[in-house]
Amino acid sequence: MSSTDLRQTPLHALHVELGARMVPFAGYEMPVQYPSGILAEHAHTRAAAGLFDVSHMGQAFLEGPDAARRFEALAPTDVATQPIGRLRYTQLLNESGGVLDDLMVARRPPRKAGEELLFLVVNASRKEDDFAHIRRLLPDLRLGELGDRALLALQGPKAASVLARRWPKLVELPFMGVASGAELGETGADYLVSRSGYTGEDGFEISLAASEAEVFARSLLREDEVRPVGLGARDSLRLEAGLCLYGHDLDETTSPVEAGLLWSIPKRRRAEAGFPGAARILREIAEGPGRRRVGLRLEGKAPAREGAEIVDRDGAAIGRVTSGGFGPSVGAPIAMGYVASAKAAIGEAVDLVVRGKKLAARVAPMPFHPHAYFRGP
Amino acid sequence: MSQLRYSKDHEYIRLEGEIGVVGISDHAQAQLGDVVFVELPKIGTQVVQGGEAAVVESVKAASEVYAPASGEIVAVNDALESQPSLINEDATGKGWIFRIKLADARELDALMDEAAYQEFLKTEA
Repeated sequence: MSSTDLRQTPLHALHVELGARMVPFAGYEMPVQYPSGILAEHAHTRAAAGLFDVSHMGQAFLEGPDAARRFEALAPTDVATQPIGRLRYTQLLNESGGVLDDLMVARRPPRKAGEELLFLVVNASRKEDDFAHIRRLLPDLRLGELGDRALLALQGPKAASVLARRWPKLVELPFMGVASGAELGETGADYLVSRSGYTGEDGFEISLAASEAEVFARSLLREDEVRPVGLGARDSLRLEAGLCLYGHDLDETTSPVEAGLLWSIPKRRRAEAGFPGAARILREIAEGPGRRRVGLRLEGKAPAREGAEIVDRDGAAIGRVTSGGFGPSVGAPIAMGYVASAKAAIGEAVDLVVRGKKLAARVAPMPFHPHAYFRGP
Repeated sequence: MSQLRYSKDHEYIRLEGEIGVVGISDHAQAQLGDVVFVELPKIGTQVVQGGEAAVVESVKAASEVYAPASGEIVAVNDALESQPSLINEDATGKGWIFRIKLADARELDALMDEAAYQEFLKTEA
């Protein structure tokens, strides 16, 4: 794809002005890092507040009669009893229980009597396929892609105090809570704010009109605690937090059980079984999956990247690394990958094959860096 | 002759007598970003011009370092094991990677001088 085919987010000019290195990502020209560099941006997010442009992600409304329960036919989550004002993480599944995408779902107050309204945020790389899939399976519901909206994330221990200067009520928003700008006392523009993110830190994701995004981003960057953070640190932060990246740690062959995402499938859905691939997923719940996503800590300093083969200490292949690199806050190389369940116990000694050499590693608990989500005042 | 000669793979070599000091260019370190690990060659290894000799890993990716000239590795920069960021801070000085005893100094004639390398970077952009 040539650079002229790449789409730009509403903050493109600001990224360039800030000196970002722009790279192609999921069809968009995105900032991979700013002049301070990935390590500094990573550390700043863990210590203060990092501002991320994630406007490439797909935002959409799904609405119509009984939209919540209807959506449950596509994903093993509980939207039917999900309160308005809560955000949930789930996966779109194929008929064999593989993950088509992972996404966030919020319920919002319906815009028409007798209807229900869901707000969805999906991965940039998957959005066209996801929206086609939803339209195909739920043709009588209305899916409205919000292509005219930006999405910003403010992440880190200072994120709440920074945003509270604008919206004092925000400090009370629970982890995975959602509030509109109006609920926060905003009189003008139409914001949707959730206490969520992809870094393991406390933080917020803010959906707003594309036309408002640059002014809003500049206002945050004027705060002492806030610095811009690119996709490079977004990746190292989420890896340390043990969070999956679609297309790497999740794909159409992996099930949520193998991926260690069973916590996102509530009891009612397991009991009722009405979701794609339920036969495989319920069997894996009962019998255990054949392979599991695990964390890996390397004993040396050399990192292992995606694709590295994982072998047991007898040299037998047991799996592959799906994400790996240097963990800046851990101060050592870390990775995640899938291994045969018999070799998935914490502490299991394995080798990761990098450039023909075996790097000693151990199966390790995730997250690699402790989560610091908001757990109440 | 202490000036740098550059390869198209963005390595530099600086001649000190019959020894060539090798690293990656300042442009290359800026492109890579924060270096977090360097896989150094073993002393005594024979390398050929254009052959893989070391690996520099940034947060994002691993990049091979190719030998800009043939010869025997006679020294490696051990300081990079504890301080790989020396490559970012001073790529052509304290961030050197290895030293080669050159097999044939005439190989350096095929490399670019500073002015030619700066021109080459414009064509790559």
